[in-house]
Amino acid sequence: MATQPHSLRSALGKVRGLGSAKEGTHHWWLQRLTALALIPLTIWLVASLIALSGFGHEEFVVWFGQPVNATIMILFLAMAFHHAQLGMQVVIEDYVSHHGRRMALIILVKFACYGLAVLTIVSILKIAFGA
Amino acid sequence: MATPNRPLSPHLQVYRLPLTALMSISHRITGVGLTFGTLLLAWWIVAAAYGPTDYAEVQSFLGSWIGLLLLFGFSFALYFHLCNGIRHLFWDIGKYFELEQTRRADVFVLIGAAALTVATWVMVL
Repeated sequence: MATQPHSLRSALGKVRGLGSAKEGTHHWWLQRLTALALIPLTIWLVASLIALSGFGHEEFVVWFGQPVNATIMILFLAMAFHHAQLGMQVVIEDYVSHHGRRMALIILVKFACYGLAVLTIVSILKIAFGA
Repeated sequence: MATPNRPLSPHLQVYRLPLTALMSISHRITGVGLTFGTLLLAWWIVAAAYGPTDYAEVQSFLGSWIGLLLLFGFSFALYFHLCNGIRHLFWDIGKYFELEQTRRADVFVLIGAAALTVATWVMVL
Protein backbone atom coordinates (compact mmCIF):
# COMPACT_ATOMS: atom_id res chain seq x y z
CA MET A 1 0.00 0.00 0.00
CA ALA A 2 1.26 3.42 -0.96
CA THR A 3 2.17 5.81 1.82
CA GLN A 4 -0.47 8.41 2.49
CA PRO A 5 0.57 12.07 2.31
CA HIS A 6 -0.17 14.21 5.36
CA SER A 7 -2.81 16.19 3.55
CA LEU A 8 -6.51 15.94 2.78
CA ARG A 9 -6.05 17.61 -0.60
CA SER A 10 -6.02 15.39 -3.66
CA ALA A 11 -2.99 15.37 -5.92
CA LEU A 12 -5.07 16.80 -8.79
CA GLY A 13 -6.44 19.52 -6.54
CA LYS A 14 -2.91 20.48 -5.55
CA VAL A 15 -1.71 20.69 -9.14
CA ARG A 16 -4.60 22.92 -10.13
CA GLY A 17 -4.15 25.15 -7.10
CA LEU A 18 -7.66 24.37 -5.89
CA GLY A 19 -8.78 24.04 -2.32
CA SER A 20 -6.69 26.79 -0.77
CA ALA A 21 -8.05 30.30 -0.40
CA LYS A 22 -5.02 31.98 -1.96
CA GLU A 23 -5.94 32.10 -5.66
CA GLY A 24 -9.67 32.62 -5.20
CA THR A 25 -9.29 35.62 -2.94
CA HIS A 26 -6.85 37.22 -5.35
CA HIS A 27 -9.37 37.01 -8.21
CA TRP A 28 -12.19 38.29 -6.02
CA TRP A 29 -10.09 41.15 -4.66
CA LEU A 30 -8.92 42.32 -8.12
CA GLN A 31 -12.52 42.26 -9.34
CA ARG A 32 -13.51 44.61 -6.49
CA LEU A 33 -10.44 46.80 -6.81
CA THR A 34 -11.04 47.35 -10.53
CA ALA A 35 -14.75 47.92 -9.82
CA LEU A 36 -13.93 50.63 -7.30
CA ALA A 37 -11.51 52.33 -9.71
CA LEU A 38 -14.10 52.16 -12.49
CA ILE A 39 -16.72 54.19 -10.58
CA PRO A 40 -15.04 57.61 -11.04
CA LEU A 41 -13.39 56.55 -14.32
CA THR A 42 -16.75 55.58 -15.86
CA ILE A 43 -18.36 58.85 -14.81
CA TRP A 44 -15.45 60.69 -16.42
CA LEU A 45 -15.69 58.57 -19.60
CA VAL A 46 -19.41 59.22 -19.99
CA ALA A 47 -18.87 62.95 -19.46
CA SER A 48 -16.15 62.89 -22.17
CA LEU A 49 -18.36 60.92 -24.56
CA ILE A 50 -21.21 63.41 -24.06
CA ALA A 51 -18.81 66.32 -24.59
CA LEU A 52 -17.38 64.77 -27.78
CA SER A 53 -20.67 63.43 -29.16
CA GLY A 54 -21.54 66.44 -31.30
CA PHE A 55 -18.03 66.97 -32.64
CA GLY A 56 -15.60 65.49 -35.16
CA HIS A 57 -12.10 64.09 -35.35
CA GLU A 58 -10.34 67.38 -34.66
CA GLU A 59 -11.97 67.81 -31.26
CA PHE A 60 -11.21 64.18 -30.39
CA VAL A 61 -7.51 64.78 -31.09
CA VAL A 62 -7.47 68.03 -29.10
CA TRP A 63 -9.25 66.36 -26.14
CA PHE A 64 -6.86 63.40 -25.92
CA GLY A 65 -3.89 65.61 -26.75
CA GLN A 66 -4.21 66.82 -23.16
CA PRO A 67 -2.06 64.59 -20.93
CA VAL A 68 -4.61 64.42 -18.10
CA ASN A 69 -7.40 63.27 -20.44
CA ALA A 70 -5.14 60.71 -22.11
CA THR A 71 -4.04 59.40 -18.71
CA ILE A 72 -7.57 59.00 -17.37
CA MET A 73 -8.68 57.32 -20.60
CA ILE A 74 -5.78 54.85 -20.45
CA LEU A 75 -6.57 54.11 -16.80
CA PHE A 76 -10.20 53.51 -17.76
CA LEU A 77 -9.21 51.13 -20.58
CA ALA A 78 -6.77 49.17 -18.41
CA MET A 79 -9.27 48.81 -15.55
CA ALA A 80 -12.28 48.12 -17.80
CA PHE A 81 -10.66 45.34 -19.83
CA HIS A 82 -9.16 43.78 -16.71
CA HIS A 83 -12.55 43.89 -14.97
CA ALA A 84 -14.33 42.51 -18.06
CA GLN A 85 -11.91 39.63 -18.39
CA LEU A 86 -12.26 38.69 -14.70
CA GLY A 87 -16.06 38.86 -14.85
CA MET A 88 -16.34 36.88 -18.08
CA GLN A 89 -14.12 34.18 -16.58
CA VAL A 90 -16.53 33.71 -13.66
CA VAL A 91 -19.56 33.62 -15.97
CA ILE A 92 -17.90 31.04 -18.25
CA GLU A 93 -16.83 28.92 -15.26
CA ASP A 94 -20.41 28.93 -13.97
CA TYR A 95 -22.28 28.11 -17.17
CA VAL A 96 -19.94 26.16 -19.48
CA SER A 97 -19.71 22.65 -18.06
CA HIS A 98 -17.69 20.97 -20.83
CA HIS A 99 -14.10 21.13 -19.59
CA GLY A 100 -12.34 21.75 -22.90
CA ARG A 101 -14.87 24.28 -24.14
CA ARG A 102 -14.69 26.14 -20.83
CA MET A 103 -10.91 26.35 -20.98
CA ALA A 104 -10.94 27.40 -24.66
CA LEU A 105 -13.49 30.18 -24.03
CA ILE A 106 -11.62 31.54 -21.02
CA ILE A 107 -8.37 31.66 -23.00
CA LEU A 108 -10.15 33.32 -25.94
CA VAL A 109 -11.75 35.98 -23.72
CA LYS A 110 -8.50 36.73 -21.89
CA PHE A 111 -6.48 37.05 -25.09
CA ALA A 112 -9.17 39.23 -26.69
CA CYS A 113 -9.45 41.53 -23.66
CA TYR A 114 -5.69 42.01 -23.31
CA GLY A 115 -5.34 42.50 -27.07
CA LEU A 116 -8.09 45.14 -27.16
CA ALA A 117 -6.65 46.85 -24.09
CA VAL A 118 -3.21 47.25 -25.69
CA LEU A 119 -4.70 48.24 -29.07
CA THR A 120 -6.88 50.99 -27.59
CA ILE A 121 -4.14 52.26 -25.27
CA VAL A 122 -1.64 52.45 -28.15
CA SER A 123 -4.27 54.36 -30.17
CA ILE A 124 -4.78 56.89 -27.38
CA LEU A 125 -1.00 57.25 -26.97
CA LYS A 126 -0.57 57.84 -30.69
CA ILE A 127 -3.09 60.68 -30.52
CA ALA A 128 -1.64 61.99 -27.25
CA PHE A 129 1.85 62.20 -28.73
CA GLY A 130 0.46 63.85 -31.83
CA ALA A 131 1.76 61.29 -34.31
CA MET B 1 -30.68 7.77 -6.37
CA ALA B 2 -34.11 8.70 -5.01
CA THR B 3 -33.97 11.47 -2.43
CA PRO B 4 -37.57 12.35 -1.57
CA ASN B 5 -38.50 15.23 0.74
CA ARG B 6 -35.26 17.06 0.11
CA PRO B 7 -35.49 20.78 -0.49
CA LEU B 8 -34.87 21.76 -4.11
CA SER B 9 -33.05 24.84 -5.29
CA PRO B 10 -35.39 27.37 -6.94
CA HIS B 11 -36.79 25.72 -10.05
CA LEU B 12 -36.63 28.42 -12.73
CA GLN B 13 -39.68 27.23 -14.67
CA VAL B 14 -42.09 27.35 -11.74
CA TYR B 15 -40.48 29.73 -9.27
CA ARG B 16 -40.99 33.44 -9.80
CA LEU B 17 -37.66 35.10 -8.97
CA PRO B 18 -37.86 38.00 -6.51
CA LEU B 19 -36.71 41.38 -7.81
CA THR B 20 -33.35 41.16 -6.01
CA ALA B 21 -32.60 37.87 -7.78
CA LEU B 22 -33.60 39.34 -11.15
CA MET B 23 -31.27 42.27 -10.48
CA SER B 24 -28.49 39.84 -9.64
CA ILE B 25 -28.77 37.91 -12.91
CA SER B 26 -29.19 41.22 -14.78
CA HIS B 27 -25.86 42.31 -13.32
CA ARG B 28 -24.22 39.37 -15.07
CA ILE B 29 -26.17 39.85 -18.31
CA THR B 30 -25.27 43.55 -18.49
CA GLY B 31 -21.66 42.70 -17.62
CA VAL B 32 -21.42 40.29 -20.56
CA GLY B 33 -23.20 42.83 -22.79
CA LEU B 34 -20.79 45.57 -21.76
CA THR B 35 -17.83 43.32 -22.55
CA PHE B 36 -19.14 42.99 -26.10
CA GLY B 37 -19.89 46.71 -26.06
CA THR B 38 -16.19 47.46 -25.55
CA LEU B 39 -15.76 46.38 -29.20
CA LEU B 40 -17.73 49.48 -30.18
CA LEU B 41 -15.62 51.68 -27.89
CA ALA B 42 -12.42 50.11 -29.26
CA TRP B 43 -13.57 50.65 -32.86
CA TRP B 44 -14.22 54.33 -32.11
CA ILE B 45 -10.81 54.89 -30.46
CA VAL B 46 -8.79 52.93 -33.04
CA ALA B 47 -10.56 54.70 -35.92
CA ALA B 48 -9.66 58.04 -34.35
CA ALA B 49 -6.00 56.99 -34.30
CA TYR B 50 -6.18 56.02 -37.99
CA GLY B 51 -7.49 59.43 -39.03
CA PRO B 52 -10.47 61.63 -39.89
CA THR B 53 -11.83 59.38 -42.67
CA ASP B 54 -12.10 56.28 -40.47
CA TYR B 55 -13.40 58.37 -37.59
CA ALA B 56 -16.15 59.84 -39.77
CA GLU B 57 -17.16 56.30 -40.77
CA VAL B 58 -17.64 55.29 -37.13
CA GLN B 59 -19.49 58.51 -36.36
CA SER B 60 -21.93 57.95 -39.22
CA PHE B 61 -22.56 54.35 -38.07
CA LEU B 62 -23.15 55.51 -34.49
CA GLY B 63 -25.52 58.17 -35.80
CA SER B 64 -27.61 55.63 -37.72
CA TRP B 65 -30.69 54.13 -36.07
CA ILE B 66 -28.95 50.84 -35.35
CA GLY B 67 -25.93 52.70 -33.93
CA LEU B 68 -28.15 54.83 -31.71
CA LEU B 69 -30.03 51.71 -30.58
CA LEU B 70 -26.75 50.01 -29.65
CA LEU B 71 -25.55 53.13 -27.83
CA PHE B 72 -28.84 53.43 -25.96
CA GLY B 73 -28.61 49.80 -24.84
CA PHE B 74 -24.94 50.29 -23.97
CA SER B 75 -25.71 53.38 -21.88
CA PHE B 76 -28.49 51.71 -19.88
CA ALA B 77 -26.42 48.55 -19.35
CA LEU B 78 -23.50 50.69 -18.21
CA TYR B 79 -25.56 52.70 -15.72
CA PHE B 80 -27.34 49.62 -14.41
CA HIS B 81 -24.05 47.78 -13.92
CA LEU B 82 -22.52 50.88 -12.31
CA CYS B 83 -25.40 51.48 -9.85
CA ASN B 84 -25.92 47.79 -9.05
CA GLY B 85 -22.15 47.35 -8.80
CA ILE B 86 -22.00 50.03 -6.08
CA ARG B 87 -24.70 48.09 -4.23
CA HIS B 88 -22.60 44.93 -4.59
CA LEU B 89 -19.62 46.75 -3.07
CA PHE B 90 -21.78 47.64 -0.06
CA TRP B 91 -22.75 43.97 0.24
CA ASP B 92 -19.06 43.08 0.10
CA ILE B 93 -18.40 45.15 3.23
CA GLY B 94 -21.38 43.48 4.91
CA LYS B 95 -23.91 46.29 4.70
CA TYR B 96 -27.59 46.45 3.61
CA PHE B 97 -28.37 42.74 3.67
CA GLU B 98 -31.77 43.11 5.39
CA LEU B 99 -34.76 42.33 3.16
CA GLU B 100 -36.23 45.80 3.49
CA GLN B 101 -32.85 47.36 2.62
CA THR B 102 -32.35 45.14 -0.43
CA ARG B 103 -35.83 46.08 -1.66
CA ARG B 104 -35.06 49.77 -1.23
CA ALA B 105 -31.69 49.34 -3.01
CA ASP B 106 -33.46 47.55 -5.90
CA VAL B 107 -35.64 50.62 -6.40
CA PHE B 108 -32.72 53.04 -5.99
CA VAL B 109 -30.65 51.17 -8.58
CA LEU B 110 -33.47 50.92 -11.13
CA ILE B 111 -34.53 54.56 -10.77
CA GLY B 112 -30.88 55.68 -10.74
CA ALA B 113 -30.00 53.75 -13.90
CA ALA B 114 -33.13 54.95 -15.73
CA ALA B 115 -32.64 58.59 -14.63
CA LEU B 116 -28.96 58.62 -15.65
CA THR B 117 -29.82 57.08 -19.04
CA VAL B 118 -32.53 59.67 -19.71
CA ALA B 119 -30.30 62.54 -18.50
CA THR B 120 -27.46 61.39 -20.78
CA TRP B 121 -29.65 61.22 -23.86
CA VAL B 122 -31.26 64.57 -23.10
CA MET B 123 -27.74 66.04 -23.10
CA VAL B 124 -26.62 64.22 -26.25
CA LEU B 125 -29.67 64.69 -28.48
